[in-house]
Amino acid sequence: MALRDERVTLAHGGGGKAMRDLIEEVFTSVFQPPGMEDQARLSAEALTEPGAKLAFTTDSFVVTPLEFPGGDIGKIAVCGTVNDLAVGGARPLWLSAAFIIEEGTEIALLRRIVATMVREAEAAGVRIVTGDTKVVGRGGCDGVFVTTAGVGVIPPGRVMAAERVRPGDVAIVNGVLGDHGATILAARGDLSISSAIKSDCASLGHLMEAVIAAAPQARAARDLTRGGLASALNEIAEAAGCGIEISEADLPLRAEVVGTCEILGLDPLYLANEGRVVVFVPPEEAQAALTAMRAFAEGRNAVVIGQAVSAHAGQVRMKTALGGARIVDMLVGEQLPRIC
Amino acid sequence: MKFASEFRDPKAAKALLVEIARVADEIGATREKPVHIMEVCGGHTHSIFRYGLDKLVHEGIEFIHGPGCPVCVLPRSRVDECIEIAERPGVIFTTFGDAMRVPGSKRSLLQSKADGADIRMVYSPLDALELARRNPEREVVFFGLGFETTTPSTALAIQQAAREGLTNFSIFCNHITVPEPIKALLDDPHMCLDGFIGPGHVSMVIGIHPYDFIARDYGKPLVVAGFEPTDLLQSVLMVLSQIAQGRAEVENQYARVVPEHGNRVSLAAIADVYERRPSFEWRGLGEIDASGLRIRPTYAAFDAEEKFGIGYATGQREVEEAEGCACGAVMTGRVKPVQCPQFGKGCTPEMPLGALMVSSEGACAAYWQYGGARAAAE
Amino acid sequence: MCLGIPGQIVAITDEGRLLAMAEVSGVRREVNVACVAEGALEALVGQWALIHVGFAMSLIDEDEAAKTLEALRDLGEAQETLEQMAAGAAALEERA
Repeated sequence: MALRDERVTLAHGGGGKAMRDLIEEVFTSVFQPPGMEDQARLSAEALTEPGAKLAFTTDSFVVTPLEFPGGDIGKIAVCGTVNDLAVGGARPLWLSAAFIIEEGTEIALLRRIVATMVREAEAAGVRIVTGDTKVVGRGGCDGVFVTTAGVGVIPPGRVMAAERVRPGDVAIVNGVLGDHGATILAARGDLSISSAIKSDCASLGHLMEAVIAAAPQARAARDLTRGGLASALNEIAEAAGCGIEISEADLPLRAEVVGTCEILGLDPLYLANEGRVVVFVPPEEAQAALTAMRAFAEGRNAVVIGQAVSAHAGQVRMKTALGGARIVDMLVGEQLPRIC
Repeated sequence: MKFASEFRDPKAAKALLVEIARVADEIGATREKPVHIMEVCGGHTHSIFRYGLDKLVHEGIEFIHGPGCPVCVLPRSRVDECIEIAERPGVIFTTFGDAMRVPGSKRSLLQSKADGADIRMVYSPLDALELARRNPEREVVFFGLGFETTTPSTALAIQQAAREGLTNFSIFCNHITVPEPIKALLDDPHMCLDGFIGPGHVSMVIGIHPYDFIARDYGKPLVVAGFEPTDLLQSVLMVLSQIAQGRAEVENQYARVVPEHGNRVSLAAIADVYERRPSFEWRGLGEIDASGLRIRPTYAAFDAEEKFGIGYATGQREVEEAEGCACGAVMTGRVKPVQCPQFGKGCTPEMPLGALMVSSEGACAAYWQYGGARAAAE
Repeated sequence: MCLGIPGQIVAITDEGRLLAMAEVSGVRREVNVACVAEGALEALVGQWALIHVGFAMSLIDEDEAAKTLEALRDLGEAQETLEQMAAGAAALEERA
């Protein structure tokens, strides 16, 4: 063990021995396969099937706090990019991971984050094949920022796109909504609320693959991250040029999420998720898609929440529990706790 | 959720809607000649939209959304003054989340935060007090905002700070009161309101008698209401029944929470810490006599206006009316939001000018959202 | 205005500062109970209060809540009876 420090210092970003020790001990020796080089050289075999498409995506991850009930920034960084690929119909293959680390960050924390990433990548069936670290001075970033990029392959003939959603298509989500958002609100501590709730953070590559196998006409899927279900549905309605109607009574919500929202005056439709998708399938395939989802732990509570309609094109409406109607709009800014 | 879910029962709501329709027909309310009922409180406006009640009730009932959203009615000048305080060196400025996006004449608190001011969102004045304890070298200012419901919380926080001898905690007081703007609306010669849904949570503090003048002097019914959908519908029914029977009284639908005479401890704390200002400025309504509170001289050490020499404490404030803003006329039910010359032009949800466009539950913001469909239909 | 929600007082956390733990649907938050503390603080445990910005503002009167619900039930039942009578009358007319 060459690395003796408890915390990251600027020396670990200086390009010398300290940096090499940090990278080797905390990162490359843990990521598989060992001996990772700056540049990943990978077999292109999976990509050469006639008609197959390469999918390529990148995302940056920041979260406060870095560790929270149900996950940490590393888990989000793997799941987020895997899910970005999966909802586009791609089978995720490889990830890159780049870390911006604030001076003073505990090395033990970095090790925990990396361990989560390795575990999550293995579960998702992807490999982290290249990476980078930079160290910045105190205040230069907030703890740790992680950027992952992902490459996957879309099998020949498969098209998942919001434009393909047609009136009559059924909208299915894979589980209760808003757990991640409610967890982070509580975990930040500044609102002094607590509950037993955990983040829903999960990789959905396997689940999406099973859904598409069971419902080959599946039109489109979106992961419900920032902006929650409401934002994803609005994007789809706009792209597809049709309306979407959901039913309040059918929305799956945990009591604690409802409680958090009632206390802070928030709307669960806009809370972030890290392991939830909405999938649109033609009605005749809805049951098969539901059954496929429910076979997975992260799809056990899958449920139909609404459908695409020809009325009010581009707009999302919700039938309220009392039979009224309400427009579910895009958020202008971030959702803020309110007193009135 | 106990004491909430029971009052969201669709079956009870349906029964109330049928009965509302029966009474509305009985008194001849139609779409062309509707009964105008003002829900004073922004929380009620929120519930109406959240459950789509405006579209479920008989078409002869029109909800007029009142001035009861303290964030909406906060004038630009007060936001400017907040920012001035927040940007003083050494200040931690704490606020409820609602106020972050309200535009001042140039910037909002959210923008001022981006420019470097130490502005923090808190859930409670207690959290601001805790920040003051933990940061003795900083001045922690809390943005005291809201009607009588919220006023006791800041009064109790000031009393607690005084007991602990904290010298680095103060409140920028913008507390306002409900009865005075209702009176201002009723005195408007163009007013065409037929009855009121009274604010439930304000009333749990002040009781139901401060509204007596509305029934006695103006002959309008008022029903203090809870915030769940059947609470609201039941209150609408109670207002309609009063109209049908030719009565004008103050009634209490929300007796599970609202005691007739309010809350003794809250009222005592308010009386101890606050006194009335001669007048206070409301966005869209201008200065209203005796509608705002300020911190009494005995607690001047906790008054941010005094501490920083800002606002009404300077004795010279210029009140700037937004040009062409028709919020006042919309709030009296005289014009529809779309008839305001600034609607959708100088005033949009992204860049609101008037009170009713500020919050997403404001009447104008709601109309804006439904704009396309409604305009085509009318 | 004035978002408030019923919560149950589950424990007294700081007697001196009149603080208690309140629970709303499995979510906990410490609240000030000055406004509802007329007698012994311990007597508040188990009671329901209306929570607003970290303060228990008013104890919920369970009898009044029950009365309101009963009025709603009565209205629903009265209407059902009317509907049944209307349906009965319609059936009679059909037969005639």
